[in-house]
Amino acid sequence: MSEKVLTGLIVNEDMTLTLAELSRACCVHAEWIVALVDEGILEPQGNVRTGWCFSGPSLRRARIAVHLQQDLGVNLAGAALVLDLMEELESLRRQVPFPGRET
Amino acid sequence: MEYKDYYDIMGVSKEATQDEIKRAYRKLARKYHPDVSKEQDAEKKFKEVGEAYEVLKDPEKRAAYDQLGANWQAGQDFRPPPDWDAGFEFSGGGYTQGDSAAFSDFFESLFGQRGFRGAGMGAGSGAGFQMRGEDHHAKILIDLEDAYKGTTRTISLRVPEVDAQGHVRTRERTLNVRIPKGVHQGQQIRLAGQGAPGLGSGPQGDLYLEVEFNPHSFYRVESRDIFLELPVAPWEAALGAKVKAPTPDGTVDLSIPPDSKAGRKLRLKGRGIPGKTPGDLYVILQIALPPANTEKAKELYTKMQQELAFNPRAGLGV
Repeated sequence: MSEKVLTGLIVNEDMTLTLAELSRACCVHAEWIVALVDEGILEPQGNVRTGWCFSGPSLRRARIAVHLQQDLGVNLAGAALVLDLMEELESLRRQVPFPGRET
Repeated sequence: MEYKDYYDIMGVSKEATQDEIKRAYRKLARKYHPDVSKEQDAEKKFKEVGEAYEVLKDPEKRAAYDQLGANWQAGQDFRPPPDWDAGFEFSGGGYTQGDSAAFSDFFESLFGQRGFRGAGMGAGSGAGFQMRGEDHHAKILIDLEDAYKGTTRTISLRVPEVDAQGHVRTRERTLNVRIPKGVHQGQQIRLAGQGAPGLGSGPQGDLYLEVEFNPHSFYRVESRDIFLELPVAPWEAALGAKVKAPTPDGTVDLSIPPDSKAGRKLRLKGRGIPGKTPGDLYVILQIALPPANTEKAKELYTKMQQELAFNPRAGLGV
């Protein structure tokens, strides 16, 4: 075992990924990422595909969409709906900070 | 190695049709899918179900599994009988698109090596062929406090490798990783060049670590913001007070404004998870009632009852 300490880079809003980087990180073909963009699941900056820049949080969205499709057989429209509902759920959870606890 | 009862895991009978197995799988997969499930152990259950389905959905593997016999109990110590799979032919790679490294030793001993032999990449395929290694993904659990200060973690990953005989073995790989401060739940940390080795002279892939926080006994985390339920005494809420409140970064003094009600949210700007735009810490007041378990306490409550014209249900019209 090596004692070397590796330093990671946080994939956040400040970091962008290219189409190639995002496809690799999700282990899918670039066409699949393009399909996510066409479906409105991902919204890259830039007009031409080769110049697309995806924000850090796109990685999580794209990976969830990949998992939903591979594991549950959800199609792209379904994955888009699930992602939107998950976002809504998260924002509702923010408003109810301690669900199930008596105040 | 423990015997696994795949039928039991899927909740179907041994006579279940392929359609029934598929339906059971879809239902369980939705229930335990780690991206959507809030069940405890969702990920572990999801993998278990995935492994069971991997075997039962394939009539060849299912038949081979069935002939191990019906007398095995889940959890029983198991060794595959010699030549248990003689006469069975597994078409198509035994490993699937699924996360093969996640399958159990039990699965591996039955289907792992054999399946992969056919599907493995031939040695020296295409001179001069090169390809970048795959990116790998793993989860890492840290404490909320670590996100405030940064930390170093040692993580062990199980990496499937193909040995010289074409067998798949899992190798333990240990990495020391510095987790930068300011990371929050669900975020990815990229470690360049720590993924799968490239083919030929292709570069190594990257390793992505998805951050998850250990549940905390009193903080709740939403993105960069932290929520804390802070108990205060009735007089602190009514008269206002300066109280101590914990934060992941240390104790702070907090002013409770007079006439505060239960559920009042106080925002400590910038006291959430640090970063370029730091999160906020929200303190939600909870009024703790002193117990009326002494004569003195009872007397004080009685006095309040007599002297305060207070109807907590006025808003309900009663």
